[in-house]
Amino acid sequence: MDLLLFGIPALVAIVGAIAMLLSRNAVHSALYLLLNFAAISVLYLLLQAPFLFATQLIIYAGAIIVLFLFVVMLLGAERDEQTPHANPWQNRGAIVGGVLLLVELALLYVNNPGTIPIAANLDDGFAAPTEIAKALFTTHLLPFEIASFVLLTALIGVVVLHQRRS
Amino acid sequence: MTWLDILILLVRCLVLALASATLFAYFTLFERRLLAKFQHRIGPNRAGYIPLPGGKKLFGGWLQPAADAVKLFLKEDVVPAMADKWVYIMAPGFAVVPALIIWVAIPLGTWPDGMGGNWLHYAPIDVGVLYLLAVTSIGVYGIAIAGWASNNKYSMIGGVRASAQVISYELALGFAILAVVMQNSTFRTEEIVTSQGLIWNIIPQFLGFIIFLIASTAEVVRSPFDLVEAEQELVGGYNTEYGSMKFALFFMSEYIKLIAMNAIAVTLFLGGGNFPGIDTLVAAIKTSNGDTIAYAVQGALTLGAFLLKTTALSFLSVWVRASVPRVRYDQLMHLGWKVLLPLGLFNVVMTAVFGVLFPADSLIAKIIMCVVGVIVVVIVSATATPKHAKRGVTLVNPSAGN
Repeated sequence: MDLLLFGIPALVAIVGAIAMLLSRNAVHSALYLLLNFAAISVLYLLLQAPFLFATQLIIYAGAIIVLFLFVVMLLGAERDEQTPHANPWQNRGAIVGGVLLLVELALLYVNNPGTIPIAANLDDGFAAPTEIAKALFTTHLLPFEIASFVLLTALIGVVVLHQRRS
Repeated sequence: MTWLDILILLVRCLVLALASATLFAYFTLFERRLLAKFQHRIGPNRAGYIPLPGGKKLFGGWLQPAADAVKLFLKEDVVPAMADKWVYIMAPGFAVVPALIIWVAIPLGTWPDGMGGNWLHYAPIDVGVLYLLAVTSIGVYGIAIAGWASNNKYSMIGGVRASAQVISYELALGFAILAVVMQNSTFRTEEIVTSQGLIWNIIPQFLGFIIFLIASTAEVVRSPFDLVEAEQELVGGYNTEYGSMKFALFFMSEYIKLIAMNAIAVTLFLGGGNFPGIDTLVAAIKTSNGDTIAYAVQGALTLGAFLLKTTALSFLSVWVRASVPRVRYDQLMHLGWKVLLPLGLFNVVMTAVFGVLFPADSLIAKIIMCVVGVIVVVIVSATATPKHAKRGVTLVNPSAGN
């Protein structure tokens, strides 16, 4: 039962990711990405982290992919234009890198049989909103502030670019 | 969890889905009759009535929703030749599913099942409020991909407008809800309802309530924010190419989302199933008739109070639709980004300041917050209208003479 509950969303996530890469149509790609994000949010739910489940849905599914769709629809850029790749080695490099990662994963698994830690074996409520807030504002305050600073920079950049044009 | 539990859960889900579909059907009748009254018409008053002596007709029009459904069922189901077939077929599903699953996190009342559960609250999850936000935000997919998949200019413009509008108003909606979460310091919807007691959240969060009402109307793309399906410009907007039951599904999801938004407003701001006097009555029945009957009476009364408040807000929605003309696109964006978003931020800051300055549940703090909220709403609504139409959207040339 556990394996089934984990396996279905995991499989859906992988299929969604691959289909997103292979799809020739940008809107289809965005929808497959949505499928992938939804499956990953279900995985968060299985890890007893409903807060992450909800934020994953709100931010990725509810905002980012809607923006993708908006831009694609606004520009009418659904079709993949057959432009030559800027870097001809990109595809081959990606394949080699992917294979290397898979080999590494397999080696790790073969060398440490049975000692791979379970992803989440913590108390109930370790990912409750209050716990996450505590962690963000005490232990991980600096990375949190740096991340918000990066976002602020992007925001100011948009304003500056807009001012320059008009 | 045994098979029996799963079976009970399935039956409850079926009941919920059927109940929301019925609610939708009769909301359309409610709206059409009311709109007719607002416009000095009669409205649908024929299909199905109870004849009374003297030629009077009782409940005229109560079968009208059934007649509409039959009409839509019998229409031919067409898929446009140039449409993206699978996405076109999937889009109504994308629209309906969020509208139905949003109900599970809303406490519809209190009917304790004797084992710590509540028959009228399907999923008491610890991030209930965030679940509501998540489902609301994925509700736009149905409209956006329907517009794209139809392969029609008008549909496409409708879809683009929908995605831009929903993203813009989601922020204000989120801030309004965040202030409620801060006020009651919980993400659980049922705890928000119980902690409101007799002084509902609308008093300390008056500003938040107004923001929520406007933003939720825009979020479900309903008039006066229905640029998505502005029939004078876009034929029918995103659903131009849809017919038969597929169109009916869009229609249904739109109305169910509206009712669900009103139900969320009732839960967050108007005390859910709370009503003065229910608690004392239930306590009296509990001593005279035992727990089971008392729980059933409590369930019926709280559900009734909840539906009453939802109906009142739905009436407000119809009223707004009958009285306010559709906004222009620049007004829409102005309202969302330059008025509601700063107001929402202000409300969050105010809630935080009052939460620190005053002890929890302080009546004085709530009253001061209400007064501040009313003053801010009055000032902003008097001053924050865009003075001039932006360059490029003025449709009438003033120098051309009249």
